[in-house]
Amino acid sequence: MSAPLLRLENLTKRFGAGTAVDAVSLDLAASEFFCLLGPSGCGKSTLLRLIAGFEAPSSGAIRLGDQDLAALPAHRRPVNMMFQSYALFPHMSVGRNVAYGLDGLVAGRAATAERVAALLRLVRLEGFADRAPATLSGGQRQRVALARALAREPRVLLLDEPMAALDRTLREETQAELRALQRRLATTFVVVTHDPAEAMTLADRIGVMDRGRLVQVGRPADLYRRPATRFVAGLLGDVNLIPGRLGAEEPGPHRGVESVVGPLLARAPDAPLSAGADIVLAVRPEDLSLSGEGVPGTLVEETFLGDRTRRVVRLADGTCLRATTAPGEGAPAVGEAVAVRFAPDAATILPA
Amino acid sequence: MTAHRPTALTRTALLLGLGFLYAPILVLVVYSFNASALVTVWGGFSTRWYGVLLADGPLLEAAWVSLRVATLSAVIATALGTLAALALARHGRFRGRTPFTGLVTAPMVMPEVITGLSLLLLFVGVGIDRGLGAIVVAHATLGTGFVAVVVAARLRGLDRDLEEAAADLGAGPFRVFATVTLPLLAPGIAAGFLLAFTLSLDDLVVASFVSGPGATTLPMRLYSQVRLGVNPEINAASTLLIAAVGLAVGAATWLGARRGSRAAV
Amino acid sequence: MTTSPSASRLRVLLRLPVWLWLGAFFLVPFVITLKISLSEPATAMPPYLPVLDWRGGAGDWSDFLRALNFENYVTLATDALYRDAALTSLAYALAATAILAGIATPLAYAIARSPAARQPLLVALVVVPFWTSFLIRVYAWIAILKPEGLLNLGLLRLGLIAQPLEILNTPAAVLIGLVYAYLPFMVLPLYAVLSRLDPALREAAADLGASPTRVFWTVTLPLALPGLLAGAALCFIPMVGEFVIPDLLGGSETLMLGRVLWSEFFTNRDWPLASAVAILLLILVVGPVVLFRDAAAEAASGEGAP
Repeated sequence: MSAPLLRLENLTKRFGAGTAVDAVSLDLAASEFFCLLGPSGCGKSTLLRLIAGFEAPSSGAIRLGDQDLAALPAHRRPVNMMFQSYALFPHMSVGRNVAYGLDGLVAGRAATAERVAALLRLVRLEGFADRAPATLSGGQRQRVALARALAREPRVLLLDEPMAALDRTLREETQAELRALQRRLATTFVVVTHDPAEAMTLADRIGVMDRGRLVQVGRPADLYRRPATRFVAGLLGDVNLIPGRLGAEEPGPHRGVESVVGPLLARAPDAPLSAGADIVLAVRPEDLSLSGEGVPGTLVEETFLGDRTRRVVRLADGTCLRATTAPGEGAPAVGEAVAVRFAPDAATILPA
Repeated sequence: MTAHRPTALTRTALLLGLGFLYAPILVLVVYSFNASALVTVWGGFSTRWYGVLLADGPLLEAAWVSLRVATLSAVIATALGTLAALALARHGRFRGRTPFTGLVTAPMVMPEVITGLSLLLLFVGVGIDRGLGAIVVAHATLGTGFVAVVVAARLRGLDRDLEEAAADLGAGPFRVFATVTLPLLAPGIAAGFLLAFTLSLDDLVVASFVSGPGATTLPMRLYSQVRLGVNPEINAASTLLIAAVGLAVGAATWLGARRGSRAAV
Repeated sequence: MTTSPSASRLRVLLRLPVWLWLGAFFLVPFVITLKISLSEPATAMPPYLPVLDWRGGAGDWSDFLRALNFENYVTLATDALYRDAALTSLAYALAATAILAGIATPLAYAIARSPAARQPLLVALVVVPFWTSFLIRVYAWIAILKPEGLLNLGLLRLGLIAQPLEILNTPAAVLIGLVYAYLPFMVLPLYAVLSRLDPALREAAADLGASPTRVFWTVTLPLALPGLLAGAALCFIPMVGEFVIPDLLGGSETLMLGRVLWSEFFTNRDWPLASAVAILLLILVVGPVVLFRDAAAEAASGEGAP
């Protein structure tokens, strides 16, 4: 990455006895689409509010280029925010909402009106300038909020749960639009979300937060395939966790594991772990195969999900593993003996 | 999550605003313990004016009248106000809703001289004796709107599911009201009663119009002395009244807080 | 919710006592006041003529109607005393309402911006003075404002003034009393609206580059307007007819309608004229009631803010 646009250094925010944001360091590149992902209460919204300037950090620095943002009040920062509730001013028309941030930036009524019209065109709301926010649908309100936040041409646009108030079908459509808009504007977007699917759909990179800490940052596929912790592995999708002990170090890309279901082979761990340490193996259900040779077990449950089928296999020691396969494939019946198998590259060794 | 940070500006506003509200009351209380009869000259600490107060027969007599009037009128106002609140908060868009709302709320803002005079003219016109009973009727009329507003606010905050659950479990309308609505409404009704009681205890203007020579309330007695100028005995009486109100409001707040925390558990 | 016919009959029955009581003791008295304002005074008991005999038939009614006279209203219209009193009352109430708005807005705003756990206490602190006797609170100002009072004493000692200021028995004292006595009525509705305001709206304004001052004038204040109007209605109407404050704090030249009515009734014992003054006062306050009704109802029902 070249020189970062936005740099957070050891950013910490304490509220009373609790720590909402705990020593977060993060570099964001220009025109990057970044998602902060985590369960509610993990500190992701607080982190966003620190960048916007609604909260003052307890310690640490926020730099934009060579500018120290922490020293500026919210209204002087070259970043803008789209609020989860949209926070549209109910006493102003759509046009006046969008024009609010242009005060002192665009001179003259005609120039302002032109700019407002252009912004509304950008979010496909031409002709809505005179409407009151209360008369709009949820999706339209969201786009007004977006246009308003973009009016000042921020260097970083912060979006707090932008899809939370939309219903599911609208959400998918809007995600695609938001992605396209970000590509076109080449502005850095930082989206806060609790929805892993949304984060993977939108983001160039995802930062996963857990209890105030930024636990892993990476591209969606890397996070999904190579999670650094059990928390990240479970957050991004269903995962089988098989406890065990790490085997001795050996050359090559793989490492032996003495697991509860017997000896297994997995991708060598990224983190330094000593032999004999307690670990878990993380294997995605779609990486489990029920044909050929492998660990013996019994098929105990089968759920048809349309495009795939989910099966539960009970192994000899009682461990249950979930496998998703294309429907019809192999097709053993419930109660029959099966063998479970996965490629060593599909198994990630994580600290227990 | 929004952190509210007191800024210098909001702190100053609070300090000035509350200072303005409490400074005169504080002055009154402090000077009730003044040994000197001159109100603005400090002559040392003394409780002599409380002694004078306790020996003031007419004043004590007036206080007794006021207490009786306040109790009776607050009971009537609470009953009427609760009925009115049920209509306002629960009866939806009934016929005559707008005039009903107007009738319940208008006495709250009506200048007291109008209410007082017109009630007196009514009493004289139909031959009702001016006196204690007349003041009770007048104060009940004044208090009804206040009780209605307080109880209606509580009713709107009440979860309707609770009443519907009771009905679902087989309770008829009266049983639902007596066993669910009324107990949940009790703090609001108590607050409404206290408000009506205080308003009655406080009223000078309406009572002056409708009372005859026989019934002198505490405010009427105080007013006749205040007109003659500042008087340390009145400071002492005021301090006692303020202390009583302070205790009552404190107790109500404490009870409310306890009730609230218990309900939250 | 739908209601069965029997339930709705029950509801009518529940409302009946309220209709009857307030009808008899609030509405009917106005009609009687209107009637007596059209009578002439007499040295009798009751001191007015003609007296309507309620038991009388149609004949009595027509006699009664013929005997009505508009003399009192002519007096009100021609005697400068009453015109001045009406104008003075309106002026005091308007000025006090404006000052109240100026004082209550920062106070209510400061309470609404305080930590959530502390807000109930602050609201209680604003309400408690309202529970203590109105008469006593007005009386307290006499000791503060009089020439040898505490305010002058303090100012003299600080060397800010050389001569005691003449405040008691001036319009300034009346305004101070009005503002002081009605402050809780202005703060509470304003606080109710401000505390319900979504803090994200202020943050959004700041985020869009508005300075704290601009946020206040373009977002906070316009959205608090329903509360401000409700408070103004609650204060303005009773202030127009206020009696105790001008009587105790204003000089003998402070003529407000409430005081004029009082002295016509108690001092001059002219009940018909006092009734006419009451009707005049009523007309003066009905205008604002209609004007403010929608805003007040909106704020009271909590629909003023989203």
